[in-house]
Amino acid sequence: MTDTALEAAGLGRRYGRRRADRWALRDCSFRLPAARVCAVVGPNGAGKSTLLALAAGLLPATEGTVTVLGATPAAARHRIGYVAQAKPLYPQLSVADTLAMGADLNPGHWDAATAARVVSDGDLDPRTRVRTLSGGQRTRVALALALGKRPELLLLDEPMADLDPLARHELMGTLMAQAARHGTTIVMSSHVVAELEGSCDHLLLLRGGRIGLAGEIDDLLAAHRRVSGPADTVLDGHQVVESRTTGRQLTALLRPAGPLPAALTGAPPTLEELVLAHLRGPQDPAASPAASQKATA
Amino acid sequence: MLAYRIDRRSGVATYLQIVQQTRQALRLGLLVPGDKLPTAREVVEATAINPNTVLKAYRELEREGLVEARRGLGTFVRRALATTPADSPLRTDLDAWAARAKAAGLGREDVAALFTAVLEDHFQGDPS
Repeated sequence: MTDTALEAAGLGRRYGRRRADRWALRDCSFRLPAARVCAVVGPNGAGKSTLLALAAGLLPATEGTVTVLGATPAAARHRIGYVAQAKPLYPQLSVADTLAMGADLNPGHWDAATAARVVSDGDLDPRTRVRTLSGGQRTRVALALALGKRPELLLLDEPMADLDPLARHELMGTLMAQAARHGTTIVMSSHVVAELEGSCDHLLLLRGGRIGLAGEIDDLLAAHRRVSGPADTVLDGHQVVESRTTGRQLTALLRPAGPLPAALTGAPPTLEELVLAHLRGPQDPAASPAASQKATA
Repeated sequence: MLAYRIDRRSGVATYLQIVQQTRQALRLGLLVPGDKLPTAREVVEATAINPNTVLKAYRELEREGLVEARRGLGTFVRRALATTPADSPLRTDLDAWAARAKAAGLGREDVAALFTAVLEDHFQGDPS
């Protein structure tokens, strides 16, 4: 047993062999405690899918290491559930056959009741062939397969992208119930921050293949302030994530290093404000690894 | 059984919404001592919020002495907050007052603004 679900140290992945080839992920170091629900956010191409595939053991790391449930991804494979963005399933199988395959592939730790419930909650006829399912229905079957495995760590790449708002809420409820009942650690990527707010308690923000921000969401929100005040206010000494001057007014999102100037009024930001400010603001690779380690320590 | 309604745009922390709605149910007598609160799993399944948020809210209610966790059984109401039961004279007065305000042509927001202003006058500085 370990209290760390996922840990990366200097993790990097490069596609292609030439020196000029693109690094999808670089210098990635963080620690995710067990029993957390972690949001992996960032723009397209930030390295979210690469990070999840590395953790699932489907891609080898080019440099650094990733440790999953205290072991290598390969050794922990039977304890991990992974749903890729494309929700790969066998199109010619029926829904019932797909679940039967899940039972065959996971002898001794298959939770048939949970898998069947996730499917039946969506009014899916088990005889339907996967080929004829809608995007949202495929997501439901793929999640049923992953949850039936009763994983200790669930890695979900853009799980909600194909779902309508009702199905999104239902499936998020199903995932949260799984976390409540079994203490499952869930890591899910998304670029829609609003759909993660309230469900996730840990954040991993990726930007250009590097970690921009990492830590417990409550701590991160409490450490930042969204402030406004006169345009000539001096913000020296505080870590300014983003600032803007409109006429005589200054608005900024910052991480205060001490008491703020009296002219400023402010409140903690929402998760969406925090994430957007970090994605828009200037990238500061020097500050991010130290900040992420401090936030997760 | 109490059903929590989470408003993600209210600006009030989610765990605090659960605490406030529980206190409100206790005040109105919708929950009485001995009643069981929904389990964390039931709450998160219905609301899709994080399980740790529910546990944090229940810990806060426990710290206030309103509920107690019984190992393996669930979380139960320990004492009531029934200072104003649904049929109290104060409620009857307020009910009559609201009816008069409506008859005088005030809208919902006018009434709410008036009530909040009076509340401020009488309870200035009191924590919520």
